[in-house]
Amino acid sequence: MKRRNGFLSTVYAGLIFLFLYLPVAVIVVFSFNSGRTTTNFESFSFYWYVRLFTTNFEAQAALRNTLILALSTAVITVLLGTLAAVGIDRLRRKFTERIALSANNIPLMSPEIVMGISMMMLFIFGGALFNQQFVLGFGTVLLAHITMCLPYVILSVLPKLRQTDPHLAEAAQDLGCSQVMAFFRVTLPSITTGIASAFLITFTLSLDNFVISRFTAGPFTTLPLHIFGQIRMLVRPDMYALTTLIFVMMFLLLLGSNLLQARAAKRQNKHT
Amino acid sequence: MNKRKLPIGAALLNAPFTLWIAIFVLAPLVLVAYFAFTGNDGRFSLEWFEYIFHPARRETYLRMFGDSLLYGATATAISLLLAFPLAHFMAQSKPSVQRVLMLLIMVPMWMNFLIATIAWQSILEYNSGLINNLLAAIGLPRLRMINTPGAAILGMVYNFVPFMILPIYTVMARLNVQLVEAAQDLGASRWQVLRRVIVPLSMPGVMSGIVMVFVPSVSVFFINDRLGGVRLIGDVINQRVLNETNLGAAFSLILMLMILVCMLVLNRMGDREKGAFVT
Repeated sequence: MKRRNGFLSTVYAGLIFLFLYLPVAVIVVFSFNSGRTTTNFESFSFYWYVRLFTTNFEAQAALRNTLILALSTAVITVLLGTLAAVGIDRLRRKFTERIALSANNIPLMSPEIVMGISMMMLFIFGGALFNQQFVLGFGTVLLAHITMCLPYVILSVLPKLRQTDPHLAEAAQDLGCSQVMAFFRVTLPSITTGIASAFLITFTLSLDNFVISRFTAGPFTTLPLHIFGQIRMLVRPDMYALTTLIFVMMFLLLLGSNLLQARAAKRQNKHT
Repeated sequence: MNKRKLPIGAALLNAPFTLWIAIFVLAPLVLVAYFAFTGNDGRFSLEWFEYIFHPARRETYLRMFGDSLLYGATATAISLLLAFPLAHFMAQSKPSVQRVLMLLIMVPMWMNFLIATIAWQSILEYNSGLINNLLAAIGLPRLRMINTPGAAILGMVYNFVPFMILPIYTVMARLNVQLVEAAQDLGASRWQVLRRVIVPLSMPGVMSGIVMVFVPSVSVFFINDRLGGVRLIGDVINQRVLNETNLGAAFSLILMLMILVCMLVLNRMGDREKGAFVT
């Protein structure tokens, strides 16, 4: 197939990207509004950014909570998920492997709201067993986020494991490595890109999540929960400013990881 | 060489994952059913379903369930129509361009959907919305966009269309170029190549895209309410479950059943694409 896009299809793609970026543009532009509305641009100012860093303590606390949660979720889920992926990769029977992968698909296919409230019920039920009334908090939302992210880790690590040659690890063992050492010396280095992208996906999923947090976080306020509380009342440009900042952060993170990936791909090409 | 040793190791490695799924995925789903069939007195009861399907409310709720399916299906269909040509465009671009386009698709996904919805609201509003301000400034009449079904669908498509683009693109990017060339060599027109080669080979991506857009669309809340003024099953669950856990559980069970039935129908339709989601 000749790699060729006609004029019309380029225009079409342009329109789709315009659609995707229209709200983004609105958010970024109005975050610099000196006025209090999100529809009437008065003049350019950093007012809302300054306020965010000086007097908006609630938003600061929520941001801190979210970052702690996202980081903890990412670290724990990547460890657990990589372990699980290695386990699934070693399942020799097609049947058990199919069961493991279907189990992995359940959280992916179930709606977020159902996952959220079903885990809320688990925590309430579990709390009732131990006569605890207020169990919801950082611990429960962390457990919920790990559960939500686990399938994504497996889906990004497992293919990398499948690509690695199992004979290499076996050769290392023949040469005197223990099974564990062979894993760390041979298998792990060849799946690092999968692990890195799993970490990134997990971090961003947790950072952005609202629905599952809503039902499992209790009094623990994450950023999306804070935003929800704010926009029920009047919408002001401060939430836009916060979103713009997160946006820039995410963009740099994605760009960085993409550049690293591109470099890794280039290095691999050189070797082969 | 150590194949015989491995099953025990594999069992040990799989134990934490299996346990985790059992406790945090399967047990909670069982609990939803348990709560849905438990009355206020803690005994088995059908009272929540009797409440929902009570003659006084039956019609309202049945229409709402139907609306949820209809809105979800419409949003999915529009997403597919928008995403398929774009995925094709992306797959035909230069590799360096493909990388950038992927990035461009993913960046808006990291914007919180609450904020995105608020932004759309300010774009579509009647009195002070950006589009209507623009129209008024050039002397055209204002359009009624907010609080219409179209606005609700727009919000759903906006938030979920990347989940349609990415799987279709992934499949198309891996598509065997030689098959297309062979079809061209054998005299197929562009349209025939598309219909006989590209579309069938992209079906696994299309199938997982449909699932990944339909499931969140059917269970959506907030977006549809804020933009379309339409309340769907997700709104009721969101509103009721915090205070009336059992009633919320009953509604959730209905939602899960609705999705399950749709998935079974879809599976029937795309029987050859089994396991499309697992790759």
